[in-house]
Amino acid sequence: MKEIVVISGKGGTGKTSIVASFAALAGEAVLADCDVDAADLHLVLNPKIERREDFSGGKKASVIEENCIGCDRCIEECRFDAISYSDSGKTDTPHINHIFCEGCGVCFRVCPTDAISFEPAVNGEWYVSSTKYGPMVHARLGMAEGNSGKLVSQIRQEARSIAEKGNLDYIIVDGSPGVGCPVISSITGADLVLVITEPTLSGRHDLLRVAELTSFFRIPTIVCVNKWDLNADITGQIEQEAREHNVRPAGRVRYDTSVTRAQIAGTSIIAFADGDVSSDIRNLWNSVVTTLDGGTA
Amino acid sequence: MKIAIASGKGGTGKTTIATNLALTLADTGTNVQLLDCDVEEPNCHIFLKPQIESSSPVTVMIPQVIEEKCTGCGICAEVCEFSAIAVVKNKVLIFPELCHGCGACLLFCPEDAFVEVPREVGVIEKGSSGGITFTQGLLNIGELMSPAVISEVKKSTGDPDVLIIDSPPGTSCPVIEAVKDADFVLLVTEPTPFGLNDLKLAVGMAQALHLPFAVAINRSDVGDEAVAEYCRRENIEIFLEIPDDRRIAEAYSRGSMVVRELPEYLKTFKTCWDRIRAFSGNEASNKPDSDGTAKEV
Repeated sequence: MKEIVVISGKGGTGKTSIVASFAALAGEAVLADCDVDAADLHLVLNPKIERREDFSGGKKASVIEENCIGCDRCIEECRFDAISYSDSGKTDTPHINHIFCEGCGVCFRVCPTDAISFEPAVNGEWYVSSTKYGPMVHARLGMAEGNSGKLVSQIRQEARSIAEKGNLDYIIVDGSPGVGCPVISSITGADLVLVITEPTLSGRHDLLRVAELTSFFRIPTIVCVNKWDLNADITGQIEQEAREHNVRPAGRVRYDTSVTRAQIAGTSIIAFADGDVSSDIRNLWNSVVTTLDGGTA
Repeated sequence: MKIAIASGKGGTGKTTIATNLALTLADTGTNVQLLDCDVEEPNCHIFLKPQIESSSPVTVMIPQVIEEKCTGCGICAEVCEFSAIAVVKNKVLIFPELCHGCGACLLFCPEDAFVEVPREVGVIEKGSSGGITFTQGLLNIGELMSPAVISEVKKSTGDPDVLIIDSPPGTSCPVIEAVKDADFVLLVTEPTPFGLNDLKLAVGMAQALHLPFAVAINRSDVGDEAVAEYCRRENIEIFLEIPDDRRIAEAYSRGSMVVRELPEYLKTFKTCWDRIRAFSGNEASNKPDSDGTAKEV
């Protein structure tokens, strides 16, 4: 069983459209949507939810009003400015803003009158679903909730266990943009990272930061320039620079408006139309498989 | 007036809008400051090409044990909710990248055996470009704590007439740090199923934070009507629509400003600004152009 994670650095380069196409091409695979902040893979794979679980990213503190004596110890020690009175006259008890609460428990521990509860919070839900291409693990993070890294780890762990039980060959992970917490959670220990970028100076800039990240974690990395024909010069530059950073160009995908039409139709481009862009993605998938099976990243 | 440019989905055009809006305002003599808070992949500098005048490290405080005082009692590890401290054979081990800086270990150590020391997690760069005061943050590769860098970028806020914040994509902790004290949020999306799904998440976030907002639709003629219909149904105003103009995509790919290469778009951004200002009750003092208030609203 091999795990490939598709990330991009820059957002909106086409990760999810390409992962959906890989799903259609892979045969025996588990799909995992680890872009938990803005999960979209379900919109083109139409999963049927079979199991749902609550996600708790940590604990949250709340004031138990009847125990509070208004000593303000909690306010003094909270480093996240999450505790305050709703009016300056302090006619009520302090209130904890759950959006700013980091879940450190300092207020709960300093309170002399046990006036703060500190309990696991439900921050989202994750699902095991079936799609016509195989099982899929995905999630919904609650509004304005943090700790997406922990949710990503949980999704990958579940995907791995499904792949092991079902003896499936591949885990295909749709990652998130950036180089921070959820991205790091989605790539650590993976067999291969595929970076989808675009032929723009922003795409190039962001690819170099991602390449530095995957090199930091020693994960073999390949790159694909999506919509490469929008600027062939920059595509060439990106591929050249990628090689210098030990990131092998594994394919190019051309610009085609039918990719957006497939998305609107709620399906992958592979299932939607069998044109040149589908051949590009098929070649890219073959290159991914060769790399995964042969270890030639 | 503080305006945050945000989006659930990545790659929808936040940076294009933030930089072009800033330049449009600067051209009218408005004192504008732009903060690039997408510290994982900051791109504004590619378009503004600012002269960087100063650069300073961003540090977070992490605990350090004073060995002579430590008895190995393990209370620090018990009170750390983030598993950033372990005590093995009476020896304290600290995992700095997991530390949230809550101070619980210092506060509850019975031997007073901790001090806090700075640790670098990123860098802040300040400069200016074409009448725009500019600050960007860069998260060091391999670091998790984007919000710490974003918070530092925001501390560089001077006293501009208009402050524009280019926020990271998504809806979780880094985004909240970037937008939480804005007077107005412009949520950028594109008219596709992914764009709509992620817009709904971003709207949920803006509502959870009680922030006034409106929508910008980029590549507005590339997909379907579902985003416009959603906005109509929910009474959400659309303040900006940018068509799918290949010349814009080309300018973007080369790192050029739309309003410089295609001056006809100056009016588009100007109208958007007028709408934001009218919506926010004329809070900003945009003196050179006080006659243009709310003409489109």
